[in-house]
Amino acid sequence: MRLRWRKFVNAAMLSASGVCAVIAVSALFVILAFLVYNGSKSLDWNFFTQLPKATGEAGGGMANAIVGSLEIVGMASLMGIPIGFIAGVYLSEFDDKHFASLVRYTADLLNGVPSIIVGVLAWTLVVLPMRHFSAFSGAVALAVMLIPIVTRQTEQFLREVPMALREGSLALGASKWKMIATVAVPAGSKGILTGMILGVARIAGESAPLLFTAFNNQFWGGINEPSASLPVMIYYRAISPYDDWHRQAWAAGLALIALVLLANIAARMVLARGISVPRG
Amino acid sequence: MASTAVADRPASTKIATQTGDLVARWVAFIFAALVLLIVVVLVFELWQGSQPSRAKFGWGFLTSSAWNPVTEEFGALPFIYGTVITSFVALLISIPLGVGAAVFLSEMAPAGLSNALTFMVELLAAFPSVIYGLLAFLTLVPLMRSYVEPFLKRTLGFLPFFRGPAFGVGYLTASLVLAIMTFPFIISVSRESLLAVPREQREAALALGATKWETTWHIVVPYAKLGIYGSIFLGLARALGETMAVTMVIGNAPEIHASLLSPGYSIASVIANEFAEAATGVRIASLIELGLVLFCLTIIINGIARLLIIATTSKGSKRP
Repeated sequence: MRLRWRKFVNAAMLSASGVCAVIAVSALFVILAFLVYNGSKSLDWNFFTQLPKATGEAGGGMANAIVGSLEIVGMASLMGIPIGFIAGVYLSEFDDKHFASLVRYTADLLNGVPSIIVGVLAWTLVVLPMRHFSAFSGAVALAVMLIPIVTRQTEQFLREVPMALREGSLALGASKWKMIATVAVPAGSKGILTGMILGVARIAGESAPLLFTAFNNQFWGGINEPSASLPVMIYYRAISPYDDWHRQAWAAGLALIALVLLANIAARMVLARGISVPRG
Repeated sequence: MASTAVADRPASTKIATQTGDLVARWVAFIFAALVLLIVVVLVFELWQGSQPSRAKFGWGFLTSSAWNPVTEEFGALPFIYGTVITSFVALLISIPLGVGAAVFLSEMAPAGLSNALTFMVELLAAFPSVIYGLLAFLTLVPLMRSYVEPFLKRTLGFLPFFRGPAFGVGYLTASLVLAIMTFPFIISVSRESLLAVPREQREAALALGATKWETTWHIVVPYAKLGIYGSIFLGLARALGETMAVTMVIGNAPEIHASLLSPGYSIASVIANEFAEAATGVRIASLIELGLVLFCLTIIINGIARLLIIATTSKGSKRP
């Protein structure tokens, strides 16, 4: 009797855990299904080539938001990737215990800071002195988010490079920086690149830090002007009361999620083929 | 002859090598210091920017529920309440779901299936939050308004948590969205710490006649509990700072209600909504001070999460 009860509990709880897993995974498919169903209905050529129409008017596209996003994310990558990468090299290769662990800790801390607060930082640093919203200030905000991601990924994958490779190169008389540039970094390059792709994909979807830095724009905007971006456009289109704008929000959502999925799957495939050197 | 070869090397090469290393070291050091500098500047700007508000309201800012741009009276309580209550309810949903799924993925599913499912769940964590907001606002909110909330009022309406009109937007909808956004973190990190439990622990329990579930619940889960707590705090930190999705569904009303069906506001949402329109002065300082409060909250929660996760992984884990 007691045994039967225990077996019953066993079966019940184990299947409950299976149900939890099914619910968790199905959330992904429900989200994707909604996006594909609603987005594909409204994703057309105009979406990529036309400017937004006036409030409430049907038609138009998001060409300026797509270019704006490319611009902002591109600038952010130009600022964030070199800084993050070199800082990561420092953490892995010039580890001097105290300072490196302090930087490591602050990078993690910065990684955990809500994106909206990074937006406040960019606002005080760039928007306030310049007295206007600009694509550049948005790029600064996204760069601040990108730096800790790239730093920690670079460090992590450099650490996977076997010590023996480094020692071999040093023993052959290479100086340390030459060893880092020609042996350690190329050996870990796959992982480092993956980290960068994922980091850029992550900031490309951020909207909160852009709300009051890059702001928004119905027209084309320069680097020094307020600029539209895809995520912010989704936000404003979604909360508007117009059906046609909702339609556009879905289309933009589908485009954005396709980008994120592509980056993640590409990163996964690069990594699945293993680190460039066997671990020893 | 190797030793003479080294000795014969011209002194200039040696100096060049050393200078090159020194330069590389300093350049790398400066970039690493930049990361540190960003955080220092962030803290300084939040402190400096909130100065007018701190001077005017003092500690009373945290306990006042006024939010009146006309009279310039500002208080943080409705926002802190909204942030904390939505995160708390979100965790009530995502903890059982996340830990349950993690148990399945680590204890029952074959390795290949487990890895594939975990990849899918981790994809959820990579989705931009505005996507969650879009879906929640255009599909979940109407659903909550027409079906779920009236149902809750009919069945659980005697509780103070399920009263008032069904708007669709409000604490409960925000919590649901946050639950979906936090469980990928809980599943991913919990699974890692469950996988790090030594095989002998399971075998010993099974050999003593425990069922699979008893082994899991009484032996494996307690062994990995620090990592699971860590995953929960990680999810909590994300929920507290979540902006876009919450802004779109919480209702944006600076009020405090016991009922989960009522519209409210969160710290991140009020910053997102009002920062661009608040020109300067006490209002912007109050918003920055709210940012400071949120910053401190997430720092503490993230710190706890990190400590817990480090504690488990250093305890004989399989991870590098």
